[in-house]
Amino acid sequence: MCIGFPGKIISIDQDNYAIIDISGTRREVCLDIIDEEASIGDYVITHAGYAIHKIDPTTAQDKLKCLQEIIDNEIY
Amino acid sequence: MKFIDEYRDPAVVAGLMKHITCTARRLSRPVTIMEICGSHTYAIGRFGIRKLLPANIRLTSGPGCPVCVTSARDVDLALYFAGLPDVIFVTFGDMLRVPGAGGDSLQKKRAEGCDVRVVSSADECIGIALSHPQKEIIMMGIGFETTAPTIAAVILACRKNNIRNFSVFSVHKIVPPAIHALLADPLLNIDGFLCPGHVSTMIGAAAYQMIPDAGRAAVITGFEPVDILEGVWMILRQIESQKMEVAIQYSRGVRPEGNRRAMTLLQSVFETADAQWRGLGTIPESGLALRDEFAAFDTMKRISVPDIQSGDIPGCGCGDILRGIKLPHDCPLFRKVCTPVNPVGPCMVSSEGTCSTYYKYY
Ligand code: SF4
Repeated sequence: MCIGFPGKIISIDQDNYAIIDISGTRREVCLDIIDEEASIGDYVITHAGYAIHKIDPTTAQDKLKCLQEIIDNEIY
Repeated sequence: MKFIDEYRDPAVVAGLMKHITCTARRLSRPVTIMEICGSHTYAIGRFGIRKLLPANIRLTSGPGCPVCVTSARDVDLALYFAGLPDVIFVTFGDMLRVPGAGGDSLQKKRAEGCDVRVVSSADECIGIALSHPQKEIIMMGIGFETTAPTIAAVILACRKNNIRNFSVFSVHKIVPPAIHALLADPLLNIDGFLCPGHVSTMIGAAAYQMIPDAGRAAVITGFEPVDILEGVWMILRQIESQKMEVAIQYSRGVRPEGNRRAMTLLQSVFETADAQWRGLGTIPESGLALRDEFAAFDTMKRISVPDIQSGDIPGCGCGDILRGIKLPHDCPLFRKVCTPVNPVGPCMVSSEGTCSTYYKYY
């Protein structure tokens, strides 16, 4: 039940609802409980019709880079 | 798919597996890791992760499916409300087929002619309430800290818009008190916890401090294969170094401080109250009840409830499964009588339920 999906914001209306794109599927989500300003183009994690978190792309990228380094260096 | 496919990369999975295997070899004893969250149980089954892990690393499933931990009495109360005249009973779909003590379910109520509606977002209740002013709209408030803020937002919107025919039957629960109960259970010996991803998006990392304080490892973990394997590896490293802490693997989805806005909203509408969990019994301050100022939106205060005699479903071992002390295969009904098409207990109904996951993947 706590399932959440990352989606990209396509548009935001005056009632603070956004249309997000989850790999081709469009859904409407409410932006009332997200804790950071989210704009068109941002990726947000959504749950039960509400955006709950804005993904920071730098954090996500750093994580992957860091993992890749650990794996490449084979330091067990 | 951005933020999904990268975390399913077979090369990264293979690299992580090497690290896990090497670290596991250095451990002097077998390790038990509990995934608390039902979405983790599902993902671990779906991606076949249990089978990948070395023999001395055991994954066990915990009480993290809100549908499964809803007590038999609360299910029976929901069935009672749904059966009242002039009521539209609204629920998330997961709840529809959960049987009450007498074998009835919301789905059966609907087949009998009761107005039971499924929504994917609680805010759909606002439209239903506005278009049916003569009816009483009751939403089953179910879910952990991830979902409860969305229900709080709807209650606030209804108050603002003077909507008076809407109330919430809250069976919401919060995760940290359940972890306290698991840590205190003498039958359970968990070395590390994969902490839920999206509950943590809301509550942050500090809420799990009791885990390292009890000498166990804690890693807040995402839901893709790379996430889960990295989470397992981070737990093994904590155990190896004996430096326990609450670490965040799922950094793209969780900030250490959580989502303060959502938590403030939740706390403005709800307060903690004792709650009954299937399997774990009554846990103090583990449920969410509406604050007095929102009594007008509290189903339990709007409608007087008769004394409902409830009991556990005969033969169903969901309680022990939710505590992590039994596996679905230990239940004599598993697969023989109890299947996803004909579920006996809630753990077989919910797609995140342990029995349903085991039915599909083991
Ligand atoms: S297999 Fe069915 S009856 Fe047995 S514990 Fe699971 S849900 Fe309950």
